[in-house]
Amino acid sequence: MTAHPPRLKFVSSNRRVREDRRFVVGQGRYVADIVVDEMLHVAIVPSQHPAARIVSIDTSQALTMPGVVYALTGEELAKAVDPLMNGLDTPKVRRYPLAVGQVRYAGEWVVAVVAESRAQAEDAIEKVRIEYEPLPYVIDAEEAITAASAKVHPEHGTNVLLDRTFVWGEVDRHFAESPRHLKFQVKWGRNSTVPIETFGVVAKWDPWREMLDVWASIQMPKYPDQISRALRIPANNVRVHHDVDVGGSYGVKRGIKQTVLVSHLSRIIGRPVRLIEDRLENMRAGDAHGPERLFDVEVAFNDRGIVKSMKMRALDNVGAYAGRSPFQLGKPIGAIVGPYKIESVQYRAIATLSNKAAQEAVRGFGQSPTNYAIETAIDKVAGALGLDRIEVRRRNFIRSDEFPYLIPSGTHYDSGDYHTVVDKVLRHADYDALVRERDALRASGMMAGIGIAACLEPSGGNSSFEPLLNEKNTTTTWMDSCRINIDGVGFVTVAIHTTSSGQGHETLAATVVGEVLEIDPDKIRIVRPDSLASLPSNTPVGSRMAIMMGGACYHAAQKLKSKLTQIAAHQFGVAENDAVYAQGNVTDPRSGKTLSWIDLVNIGHRQYHALPPGMDPGLETTHVMQVPTATKLPEDGRVQMYPCHSFEFHLVLVAFDPEIAKPQIRRYVIGHDCGTVINPHIVKGMTLGGIAHGLGATLLEEFVYDDEGQILTQTFMDYLLPSSHEMPDVEIVHHCTPSPFTVFGQKGSGESGYLGAPAAISGAINDAVSSLGISFSRLPIRIAAISDAIAAADKIKKG
Amino acid sequence: MKPAPFEYVRPGSIAEACELLAADEDARVISGGQTLVPMLAMRLARPARLVDIYRLPELNGIRIDGDVLAIGATTRQVQVERSAAAQQALPLLARALPWVGHPPTRNRGTVGGSVAHADPSAEIPLVAVTLAAEIEITNPDGVSTMPADDFFIGPMLTAVMPGDCVTAVRFPIWRHARVGTGFHEVSARQSDFAFVAAAAQIALDDNGQCIEAALGIGGVGDRAVRLDVSGLIGGRPDKTAIVELVRDASQVLEATSDLHASADYRMRVAVTLGVRALEDAFRDAQGGAQ
Amino acid sequence: MKVSLNVNGRTREAEVEPRKTLLDTLREDLSLVGSHAGCEHGVCGACTILLDGEPVRSCLMFAAQADGYAITTIEGLAPAPGELSVLQDAFCETHGMQCGYCTPGMILAAQALLQRVTEPSREDIVDAISGNICRCTGYGQIVEAIELAAERLRQVNMPRSSANADNAPAAPHGDRS
Repeated sequence: MTAHPPRLKFVSSNRRVREDRRFVVGQGRYVADIVVDEMLHVAIVPSQHPAARIVSIDTSQALTMPGVVYALTGEELAKAVDPLMNGLDTPKVRRYPLAVGQVRYAGEWVVAVVAESRAQAEDAIEKVRIEYEPLPYVIDAEEAITAASAKVHPEHGTNVLLDRTFVWGEVDRHFAESPRHLKFQVKWGRNSTVPIETFGVVAKWDPWREMLDVWASIQMPKYPDQISRALRIPANNVRVHHDVDVGGSYGVKRGIKQTVLVSHLSRIIGRPVRLIEDRLENMRAGDAHGPERLFDVEVAFNDRGIVKSMKMRALDNVGAYAGRSPFQLGKPIGAIVGPYKIESVQYRAIATLSNKAAQEAVRGFGQSPTNYAIETAIDKVAGALGLDRIEVRRRNFIRSDEFPYLIPSGTHYDSGDYHTVVDKVLRHADYDALVRERDALRASGMMAGIGIAACLEPSGGNSSFEPLLNEKNTTTTWMDSCRINIDGVGFVTVAIHTTSSGQGHETLAATVVGEVLEIDPDKIRIVRPDSLASLPSNTPVGSRMAIMMGGACYHAAQKLKSKLTQIAAHQFGVAENDAVYAQGNVTDPRSGKTLSWIDLVNIGHRQYHALPPGMDPGLETTHVMQVPTATKLPEDGRVQMYPCHSFEFHLVLVAFDPEIAKPQIRRYVIGHDCGTVINPHIVKGMTLGGIAHGLGATLLEEFVYDDEGQILTQTFMDYLLPSSHEMPDVEIVHHCTPSPFTVFGQKGSGESGYLGAPAAISGAINDAVSSLGISFSRLPIRIAAISDAIAAADKIKKG
Repeated sequence: MKPAPFEYVRPGSIAEACELLAADEDARVISGGQTLVPMLAMRLARPARLVDIYRLPELNGIRIDGDVLAIGATTRQVQVERSAAAQQALPLLARALPWVGHPPTRNRGTVGGSVAHADPSAEIPLVAVTLAAEIEITNPDGVSTMPADDFFIGPMLTAVMPGDCVTAVRFPIWRHARVGTGFHEVSARQSDFAFVAAAAQIALDDNGQCIEAALGIGGVGDRAVRLDVSGLIGGRPDKTAIVELVRDASQVLEATSDLHASADYRMRVAVTLGVRALEDAFRDAQGGAQ
Repeated sequence: MKVSLNVNGRTREAEVEPRKTLLDTLREDLSLVGSHAGCEHGVCGACTILLDGEPVRSCLMFAAQADGYAITTIEGLAPAPGELSVLQDAFCETHGMQCGYCTPGMILAAQALLQRVTEPSREDIVDAISGNICRCTGYGQIVEAIELAAERLRQVNMPRSSANADNAPAAPHGDRS
């Protein structure tokens, strides 16, 4: 266990988030704000068909329109670029930025038209003539995996991208020995994080310097590598500018196809090209969609509600192309038993193609749907036994003295104290009073229910699911980095090596470095070098930055502190350990001598003769940090997934009129334990924002396709994001169980709230209607669906 | 999402506006633009010319004209919302307005624009139909009025002909001593278009007997519909009677089904909200708490 | 066509097509990029500006329609370079944002509320920002920021400089229309 500093001065204190200053005055710098001389604009011709062969494309009329410079088809593009990377070993599922030969979903990008203005490009796309020959298509996942279904990529032979069954532990024996079993199906509707800023990118190819400059609203690991591979240019010809503020992502801002497209256009036209997706392009075919998952779950348990074993089949409809999205079935393996001591698990993960838009990564990377399925199982176990749902959870929880706890699928959970968090929440909420309130609402004729969810947020993001699901992938490194420099005048500059989309990384880095060096974080400059000047980073995915960037900053600062101490100790003629660093000065307690910060800066920068022998001049340190606990490849289908596991416990009271059936959240309490909090404002915002996402996923948001394969929800009039009216007041109950694997005991919080809200809110609705003998097993649960089900149940009762 | 090109003209008078509209069948009126501009942006509407009437002074204002509250077409929704005269004369409209869009769209959106667009679930057309308002239309031939019930034909479809311009909405004022109103709506989010909206207005005599009653339902079918609740007149109906009456009256409704709500839902909830709106209106007229 | 706009107290001219929205004109012709495009169909509120002090969607107006109004964008709120208004400072204090994309529109919507209502209730605040979608925060810290700003503005007893947009005299109590 890392020794924690005895007292934290800046970490965990309620300091302001430094990024906010520029945002409140409208001085963020988003990709759409970046103007490059001579820049051209792109608009996209979308496919009208879910599946069709492209017979011919005629761009001649479009090219005569005012301002039009170029019209690019997929066929032309495919000759010049390589297919985009697949995560899985499915080489025949090829994806290009524009459809090649065949369209595979309605809205897919077919032709890109480049013009002097976006409006002119939009005028011209109306003039592109495309002849299609419609082909059979498939929308539904269960149908897609049958032999008879239409094939999305005929060359691949099947729609199945991934079908793996893992058995961890003695599932058959546990099922045979358990007195009780139950099974059910739930469906997680296709929804996503839908940032208010769409994806945008500006690319400028300079043929004389052989340099591709890219400004983009990205959150994408290994983005420059993928661009260079697809464009077949050296990676050091790709310069991605990280000083671009990203207007929200929560996972989805991947931008590979968009970037390859505009980069290629810039290369052939010789001018900078930009594509800022409009909302239609974004919702139909941008980085917009997320998991759509069908779960079949069976659990074996005893009369006390102890769940011994679980079988889960997860069928995910990933859409028309692979990308990274099938991995979203893999990440939940690292918390496949939730916070429970389930001893064995059979997990079958199926990813199928369909004629829908391709999915991208979404907050939690598949964990929130899985948590919804697990929590539904626990509710059903309690229901089957007539036991209290919280009591059943308590009986199954891993105890605080059992950590680090090895779950059947190979991950050690780092730490936690689930029972205490639950106790704190129940005390805070006055659970008995809440139950009385529910019962009083019921007595008044309302439907009322309490929802509960206990779940984990695996954090620290490494990619162990990649080698687990694709044996050709042998990646175990998933690092992040920090560089710190004290300049010749004594000021500190910290370099971080990624873009941010609202997570406050500048505040995080300054807080951690300030803490270690015992200097005012507000005086530390944070910079974001471009990708060619950057150290390795894997970007803020998998709730990793507090752990990984925070860790890298901590270690780099420790190295710098050590260097300063060594310089002073050399002057004092004592060993490094005998000199004491405090607030930038170093003292020799025996002689009473002190060297101030500025003395040390002078020696470091100007007095080589005074440096300890062999020490390099300057005051600069770097640290490249590997994910804690990520040391080896998977073995026997088991792997250590993420290092840290935050815990959250949701308690929700929902009420609604039985006829109108618009659920109203009357109370929302969440207990949250993400270890040591680095900035409380940021963690609070993540948690509240995550709950809002979860509320949307449960009640409002879905990308819907009709039977003809057309998307029905392509504007904000039909894809409904929660507004301030829908969001309840949320009470947060804090608890801190430090992680033994991180520098301050911190864990991740970037997905908090979202990971349990859908389970809790849907559980509350199901509790409300339980007396009618009905329940809802698909998200989102729409108002009308609730009312219709109640009306049908009433009819049966009466009839 | 940029509109197709168009010409923009801002006529100096309503007469000039009508001439422009009559002369060019691809011309279209723009006022607050809160419904039209999204349609332009998605190129679902592509007029060759926009005739902007928003600033014509004669079209803006709220005035009481005998037993009518006349609201000029370009009067912003927020103006009505904040008008003491409108609140007093037309409490039903005052109740409905907070359900229209969001505060920022009500700042720019106009009463005439909402009526002219005829969204089946829009609140202002619902109130117009419920109270049997008259829509004032100006064209090169002059000014005429049309009952709201005849004006609204279907979804986004009205009796407006080329050269016509909606210039005012004339809401009847009920001059009875005891008037009560009720308004209920359900939508996915508070600011969304209604799955179902119900607007009711009741007048009672000194003995508490109903002397006038109106109930309108919006959002259910292709336009707002005024239900026949004349059976309430002359009585002091209890809840059961109201429920029966609304259930019978709602038989005329034809509900649509969409992604967000089934036709069955709309039909059931039309009755539920219709009853609640009437009950509220009775309570309001009786001077009781809502 | 030529348009002349009064933006943040200055007269600005631009040559635009009639179809150009006020949002695009502010961003592209006047380099005021603090107003953001989110949906371009009037739902998200990221493009909110003040027109004669009232919040409106700049994506639902054409520049051609915007002459003669006092237009305020987020760039017009800070009293001096490097200095925040009370409301902007309150958003920083409570961390009423994450990615910052909806923030300018959110602040302008709140600004209009606080100009009209000195003691807004929580419902007033929720309603005033209900047309501005924030995808990051779940609104909690935004509501807190506006409550905090209202409280701080009430505590300022001395007459406030009219040069400071944020500190312009508030409407009398009780106007909650």
